[in-house]
Amino acid sequence: MSSWLDYTINGLIVGNVYALVAVGLALIFGVSRLINFAQGSIYLVGAYIGWVAVVQLHTPLPLTIIVVAVAAALVGLIIERFGLRPLQNSVRIAPLLATIGISFVLDQLVMLTFSPNPRALPSQLPDVRFQIGGGTIEPLDLLIAGVGLTSALLLFVFLRYTKLGWAVRATAQDRDAAMQMGVDVNRVNQAVFGIAAALGGVSGLLVGMYYNQIDTAMSLQATLKGVVAEVVGGAGNVPGAVIGSLLLGLVESYGVAAFGTSYRNLFAFLLLVVVLVLRPNGLFASARQAPPEPLTGTFIAPSRPVRIPRWALLVVLGVFAILPLLPVSLYVLQTLINAWLLGMLALSLTLVAGTIGQVSLGHAALLAIGAYTSALLSLTFSVPVGFAIIGGGLMSAALGTALISPSFRLRGHYVSIATLAIGEIVSLVILNWEGVTRGPIGVSGIPPLSLFGYELISPTSIYWFSFVVMVVLALLQARLLGSHLGRSFRAIRDDDVAARAYGLSLNRYKSLAFIFGGFAAGISGGIAAHLYSYINHETFNTQQSILALTVVILGGLGNVVGAVVGSVALVGLPEVFRIAAEYRILIYGIVLLLLVRFRPQGLLGTI
Amino acid sequence: MAIAHAAPLLSVRGLTRRFGGLTAVDAIDLDLAKGELVSIIGPNGAGKTTLFNLVTGLDRPDAGNVSFEGQDVTGLSPETLAAEGIARTFQLGRVFGNLSVMDNVLIGAHTRLRAVKPAVPLIGPLLELGLALLRPASVKVEEEQLRKEVKVILSRFGERLLPRIDQPAYSLSYANRRRVEIARALALKPRLLLLDEPTAGMNPTETAEMQALVAELKAEGLTILLIEHKLEMVMRLSDRVIVMDEGKKIAEGAGEQVRTDPKVIEAYLGHGLSDAADQQESAA
Repeated sequence: MSSWLDYTINGLIVGNVYALVAVGLALIFGVSRLINFAQGSIYLVGAYIGWVAVVQLHTPLPLTIIVVAVAAALVGLIIERFGLRPLQNSVRIAPLLATIGISFVLDQLVMLTFSPNPRALPSQLPDVRFQIGGGTIEPLDLLIAGVGLTSALLLFVFLRYTKLGWAVRATAQDRDAAMQMGVDVNRVNQAVFGIAAALGGVSGLLVGMYYNQIDTAMSLQATLKGVVAEVVGGAGNVPGAVIGSLLLGLVESYGVAAFGTSYRNLFAFLLLVVVLVLRPNGLFASARQAPPEPLTGTFIAPSRPVRIPRWALLVVLGVFAILPLLPVSLYVLQTLINAWLLGMLALSLTLVAGTIGQVSLGHAALLAIGAYTSALLSLTFSVPVGFAIIGGGLMSAALGTALISPSFRLRGHYVSIATLAIGEIVSLVILNWEGVTRGPIGVSGIPPLSLFGYELISPTSIYWFSFVVMVVLALLQARLLGSHLGRSFRAIRDDDVAARAYGLSLNRYKSLAFIFGGFAAGISGGIAAHLYSYINHETFNTQQSILALTVVILGGLGNVVGAVVGSVALVGLPEVFRIAAEYRILIYGIVLLLLVRFRPQGLLGTI
Repeated sequence: MAIAHAAPLLSVRGLTRRFGGLTAVDAIDLDLAKGELVSIIGPNGAGKTTLFNLVTGLDRPDAGNVSFEGQDVTGLSPETLAAEGIARTFQLGRVFGNLSVMDNVLIGAHTRLRAVKPAVPLIGPLLELGLALLRPASVKVEEEQLRKEVKVILSRFGERLLPRIDQPAYSLSYANRRRVEIARALALKPRLLLLDEPTAGMNPTETAEMQALVAELKAEGLTILLIEHKLEMVMRLSDRVIVMDEGKKIAEGAGEQVRTDPKVIEAYLGHGLSDAADQQESAA
């Protein structure tokens, strides 16, 4: 089994599967300049439809593939028609957020329908192995290769020899010109989303069969792998996406051969970060293309922030400050403690995503860095908890900024991809670096919160502590926004080219934003670690990043008060309506979608 | 010709930029003396804006060099060139949409910030963050001073911008955005000002106002490189005119002289005519 040839075959087969996802992403990017974060969810849906077909309906294999392709294409068409088409003329951040929201809604629907437990997906193929040279090959390998080649051929014929295919290529080259020549761009989008979804769905089915297991965590992984392959090949470049996928498959396979299975994803994301930094246009694009000319102020929705009178803020602040003295239940205090911790994370994200326009999808990694630093400082070096938490904030600021800095050269959607990947890298390093992080066992027995030697154990004292910390961070951030830095950050967000022409260094100010934001997130993570007393590499996951993003959009990008209001609303309202935990993420996804569609500036407006 | 004998403020030699098979800027030479106003005219797509991008560091040339005050500045970053005193406006209008008029113009003064932007290596950014949060007296004084200065700059535009000083730029009219861009450029206290079609989309009254403003800036001794399509304005303001077509400089000289140059007339009337003539000749 350990032969070099086996790893090569495995790499090419896995690469083939990635290619089915990546080609769809490339087609979509080509015609609509959009990275479809919901592609992995369609792949997930495809896998589960396949499971229903195989296990419950006992369809023969060719029919299974057709059923999955058609059903997935249908999902793709629905996403295009109802999720994205209404946003065609809105700001660039809108479709990005919409696909993120759609992805979460689809994943949660699958999870609620089929339960999060893994299921076996039998391959329906004879279990034989053919000996080839020093390696072996299975019928399923051949099937995957066959499906990959057939799809590529069909796609080639479609793009080359059909009228709609020409329209797709024309739209990809110049959308406006295509429209002027009478190309129905909506039909092109439909076609592309349908094809991309069919390919993604079949890919999910094949992967399920290959590993004989499907579960709901597949979705995010597939999106990430597909995006990595697509970006490596050059966004929007269909043949590039295929080559990028095969390359990714091989890199992973050889990486696994050399270091072990738990390093598989690490190699994928490192490949992504390296390509993004060295060749942001992909391996096959010329490094010096014509500079893009983005229009002014189109990334976020223009709006006037809602002005809240100072006395009103003070009154609300006062009420929350004396809340523990009033006859409120423990449950309310507990809920609000969660809201304050989320509020710190949201403050951080609203600065980074809202004020300076770097939509980070890996923000939970900053929590993790803060939490691990604070926990290990207090456990290993017996640092007093108060200082350990500050240490967590500082580490998160420093390390978070250093990790994210390669993505400072990137723009728009690419920043989101890079931060998503960096978030995953952090979680993988925590999992694998056993000497420091204790690996998969996690860190337990973290001492409780304490201040000046007094342990804060009662909910009342924890409430006050987290409330005061959050208010201090919010005041600092408000002060920052009122300074020349606030104005510089916002200028970079609105137009980085004009900002550079007036002497604003992008690296310098993006670093400062991440340093400040990283500190707040690290503090939040640090406090959380001492509250939970146990953390592991999954405590701070992508769901929290998305929750924070929803909070930030709800409150209004860059809006300090909005971040806090949004946190209280998203933590509090599900409690008020007693919504079961498993439905919450679904609701967050729906809230995100509705906001993007109907109130992109959020409740309190963009600042 | 009114070329100054002193070393030119801006000197461009053989500047070339290719996009794939297209040479957008083709071996351009250009000298600009202190206090001079030179206009660049030419049909759309002649490479004028690309030339601006090369001079301001937003794009890198494939060949040739740019020197500013005798120093070679070819390929330096736009941030560095802004700090050297080169300010520009953009053809398509690049104001910061969500920033108020005041903040837009204050960004123009960014390179002049002293108290809030200490020039200390390595820990400079952290000091900048600290000062922004602590705001000692020196920081407040500087900020106040700049705000006063911004109001003075805005008053150059009469009542166009002052009443809208706190409004976000996205809410302004097209012409007012242009004015904000120029105000932002002036806040940099530039030694060289590059104006890319400052009157595009303006009606005759507004154009006349803009022309008066540019004349005023010139009279104050500012060195200006101007891209403009409105020939009357070009003829009135310019010390010299450079005509570009298909990336090349096809004529240079005083306004009247350039105006009657047959090559310039051909460039403006289009190559279609002469090409058609050539084809007829060769067919005959």
